[in-house]
Amino acid sequence: MLRALAAAVCALACGAGAAAAAEPPRAADLEAELVCPVCETTLDQSNAPIAERMKLYIRQRIAAGDTEDEIKDALVADFGPGVLARPPGGGFGLLAWLLPLAALAVGAIVVAVLVRAWSRGRTPAASEPPLDPELERRVDEELARFER
Amino acid sequence: MAARRAKLVAQGIAIGLVALLFLLLVWALVTEEGGDLANKAARGELPEAPEFALERLDEEGELGLASLRGKAVVVNFWASWCLPCKEEAPYFEQVWRDRRAQGVVFVGLDSRDFRGEARDFVQDYGLTFPIVYDGPGDISATYGVTGYPETFVIDREGRVVDAIVGAVDSEEDKARLRDAIDRALEA
Repeated sequence: MLRALAAAVCALACGAGAAAAAEPPRAADLEAELVCPVCETTLDQSNAPIAERMKLYIRQRIAAGDTEDEIKDALVADFGPGVLARPPGGGFGLLAWLLPLAALAVGAIVVAVLVRAWSRGRTPAASEPPLDPELERRVDEELARFER
Repeated sequence: MAARRAKLVAQGIAIGLVALLFLLLVWALVTEEGGDLANKAARGELPEAPEFALERLDEEGELGLASLRGKAVVVNFWASWCLPCKEEAPYFEQVWRDRRAQGVVFVGLDSRDFRGEARDFVQDYGLTFPIVYDGPGDISATYGVTGYPETFVIDREGRVVDAIVGAVDSEEDKARLRDAIDRALEA
């Protein structure tokens, strides 16, 4: 009984996944993820002649049944990887994702080290050697005289 | 004491980073050919033409500028979506046919364009000179091309004799191109 239920759930999940994968890409999404090679803004922000041609090309490829990756790959083949607004998640493009994170991590470590060093720099005041009793007595006398 | 040292280290890092950024800026300015190439040519300085080796669209294989050394080379940056490029294309074909026997080579450098549309353009205008493809526009950037079309005339020694920004469609521009080709052949 349990097995049958699990199989049914799996079948439903797989069916939903396949349906999602079969859904055609949306032109608006692609236009926001691709860059006009002349004006270097995303296609949805550009009305340069080449951007208009690229938009038309995207619609034609969607109508022909191409997937998002196929359309992007075809555009990269003509215009190079710079046509992608977001760098690819693998290979050299991975650096573009990792470097900012690495910079943030290094910055956080530096700040943590500095804060620790500064806080340490202030606490030793408590452990300074006590004043000489004679000197302390003289300071008290002077203060008392000053207050009079 | 430790706090003071940490502060000094932080200041050192900050100053180092600023110095590094400054050096990068200086390096970028010094090494940038950019629109400088056209300006230098206009001043008669004969700057070295940046090298390129690009895929051909008119036939199989690559074409490199170095392989044309010894000839006068007219490099025309164009794109199929550029209207003025359509106006000057027939004139370039005519000059190429008229002067190729003298050692003049025209190279159409299609930039920031679809390969397929560029091939259609070449066919529509009956262009018979070599056409190379620079889809990402890297070579355009190296030459400092800011718009299309732009035409560079390179002498036999690989130096830029003249750079014409915009279409070669007026009688004045055509005379300028002919004169630049003559000078490129004389070198």
